[in-house]
Amino acid sequence: MGKTRTLTGAFLTIATLTVTGCSGSGAPSAETASAPADASTASGTITVLTQRTDLIKSGAMKAYAAEFNKVYPKIEVKFEGLTDYEGEVKIRMNTDKYGDVLMIPGAVAKNDYPKFFAPLGSSIEMSDKYRFSDKSEVNGKTYGIAQFGTANGFVYNKALWKRAGVTAWPRTPEEFIADLRAIKSKTGSTPYYTNFKDGWPLVQWSANIGSVTCSEEANNKLAGPVSPWKSGSELAVIDSLLFDIVKDGLSEKDPSTTNWEASKSKLAKGEIGSMMVGSWAISQMRDAAEKAGKNPDDIGYMPVPVQREEGQCATLVSDYQQAVNIHSDHKEAARAWIDWFTDKSGYSAKEGAVPTLKSAPMPDTLKEFVDNDVTFVERSESKTGAVNDIDKAAEIGLNTPDYRQKLVDIARGAQKGTAESYFAELNKKWDEAAKTIGS
Amino acid sequence: MTETTEAVSVKTHRATPSRRGPSPTGDSPRVPGSRGRTLRRATPWLFLAAPLALLITFTYVPVGNMIYYSFTDWDGISPDRNFTGLDNYVQIFTRPELFRVFFVSVYYLAASAVQIVIALYFATVLSFDLRFRNLFKGLLFFPYLINGVAIGFVFLYFFQDGGTLDTVLSWFGQNPGHAWLGDPGSANTSLAGVSVWRYTGLNFVLFLGAIQSIPGELYEAAQLDGATRWQQFRHIIAPSIRPVLSLSVILAISGSLAVFEIPWIMTGGATGTSTFVIQTVKLAFQFNKTGLASAAAVVLLLIILLITWIQRRLVPDEKVDLV
Repeated sequence: MGKTRTLTGAFLTIATLTVTGCSGSGAPSAETASAPADASTASGTITVLTQRTDLIKSGAMKAYAAEFNKVYPKIEVKFEGLTDYEGEVKIRMNTDKYGDVLMIPGAVAKNDYPKFFAPLGSSIEMSDKYRFSDKSEVNGKTYGIAQFGTANGFVYNKALWKRAGVTAWPRTPEEFIADLRAIKSKTGSTPYYTNFKDGWPLVQWSANIGSVTCSEEANNKLAGPVSPWKSGSELAVIDSLLFDIVKDGLSEKDPSTTNWEASKSKLAKGEIGSMMVGSWAISQMRDAAEKAGKNPDDIGYMPVPVQREEGQCATLVSDYQQAVNIHSDHKEAARAWIDWFTDKSGYSAKEGAVPTLKSAPMPDTLKEFVDNDVTFVERSESKTGAVNDIDKAAEIGLNTPDYRQKLVDIARGAQKGTAESYFAELNKKWDEAAKTIGS
Repeated sequence: MTETTEAVSVKTHRATPSRRGPSPTGDSPRVPGSRGRTLRRATPWLFLAAPLALLITFTYVPVGNMIYYSFTDWDGISPDRNFTGLDNYVQIFTRPELFRVFFVSVYYLAASAVQIVIALYFATVLSFDLRFRNLFKGLLFFPYLINGVAIGFVFLYFFQDGGTLDTVLSWFGQNPGHAWLGDPGSANTSLAGVSVWRYTGLNFVLFLGAIQSIPGELYEAAQLDGATRWQQFRHIIAPSIRPVLSLSVILAISGSLAVFEIPWIMTGGATGTSTFVIQTVKLAFQFNKTGLASAAAVVLLLIILLITWIQRRLVPDEKVDLV
């Protein structure tokens, strides 16, 4: 009997603790985090959470903070670098203490933004000044400002492609495959590298939704039972291209042991012909080329090989969005930092990325795109919340590597199926999930 | 065994008052010590307070929370969650693809069998006098001391195209050019092989400890009777290490169902190497279905409890009597 009583006691304790654990904190005020009126008197200590541990280590972040202090002398900025940014921030967001400024983690549902972040202003005003502002718009208010954006396409080794006799950008998926074949037969290099093992480079393919039809609304159109992989659609074209590359043996021989860091210098040395990554990778590849003693100018960037009347298109998508913690005690100071970092710090130019500020010019890394009149499609993200809900309910994961890893596996014969059967399966999952969510 | 201990303790309790002397009521000696007695009663609990507090905070509360989450549709981050009743459990049992991953566990189960046999063999051999005995013991136990993440990386290079394994094979004129982690069959076999490499040491040490507790005279007597090594193993060693053996089997089965580290690091669950735990982690952290993932975790817990219970029923824990 004694045993039973102890057990009951233990369970009661657990039950109480569980219940108290759930009663959440009261609703914090939803006042707009506006920039301070007077820069010289604004004060406070703010903590900025960032995924760029490398910039903290190299002291670059501190240098930015020193520049910032020239304008706002009384605001102290502290940085906290998180290696596993998504994972750690997600858990910390169960408390009130997740820094003053943070990048919005992908795990937060868009409709929950008002519960976690202070609004930064009305979305109409924000969209006049900034790109990508509709990505964090909820009910007419914007909750985040992008650090920068990226254009999307393939990074490739120009010298290698030239050696294979290809000088012009391919205009259709068929041409692209033919070019890769030429690279394989004439140079013996690996024409395309999937980075299968690391997974996230496969996710980059999703960033091209919109490049195929040149439509800003491409992503929003996925919100509903629309069979996203039906023939001719964005995803079908993109994923078929990947499928065909792998099926024709134009990718690396053993995808299960790929290595991202090593792939950079391999591309620079011409052992790899091309990779699908965002334009942010161009400067990294050029660095790698310099380190390997090769010419950094050999690193080129080309759009998705689909020619339309408008020409070739490349999507612009937002990187992490900076937001202000709704529980922050120094919302003004936090906003001051975000504005300064986005507008004045020169961060995006240094990273060779597409600036968030609409008035700022495109970076040097995208010179080829500008010269060749590639149309930049600034993809609307107004329905991303709904699209993500369907994606998660369907457990497909447009922004996770799993489904494309399976696609690659099917293409190289490691798993059963064909592109058609797999696309049909994905369509079915998507449509069913869309219907259950819509109901 | 527990029954005997209880019986003994009951006896001593009953014996205590009689030792106190001829007090007809039994009340008088208690008077001065009534406070002391409560204190004495509380003493074990005072000692237990710290470990119990830790146990409750870090084991039972989280488990309680997990069970609670499993009845909600929580996404792991939102402050709101709705109570959905048994919905998550219904989903788990009505979606066959969620259970399909248990087939992967078969690879690890087979591997555990191999692992136990190897460990048992070496433990037996090394319990006899042998040259470099301690060196071999160290070599066998060493892999278990290495961090699991490091092992994952080491073997990633080992299995890579043109990696260690291919190099070694090429010394023998073999050049299979096989992507070891490239198709589901060989990937799972490879991963299970890594797990054997890693955990054999643990089994080995357990077995060795049990074998060394067998009194040496038994072997001498057996040798005098002309028993071979196999007969010694069969009739002395095997029966005397039975409890440890059955413990190892339980650990092996529950371990095979809950494999995580090695496939997660080496393949991330790609190419059909996803296990139940990897799938659960993906549900929770990729698809933000914390409620469903909690339910999956509860189901795994129940399955393991059930298997352990069945096994204890089939192979009851007998007291080993050597002499």
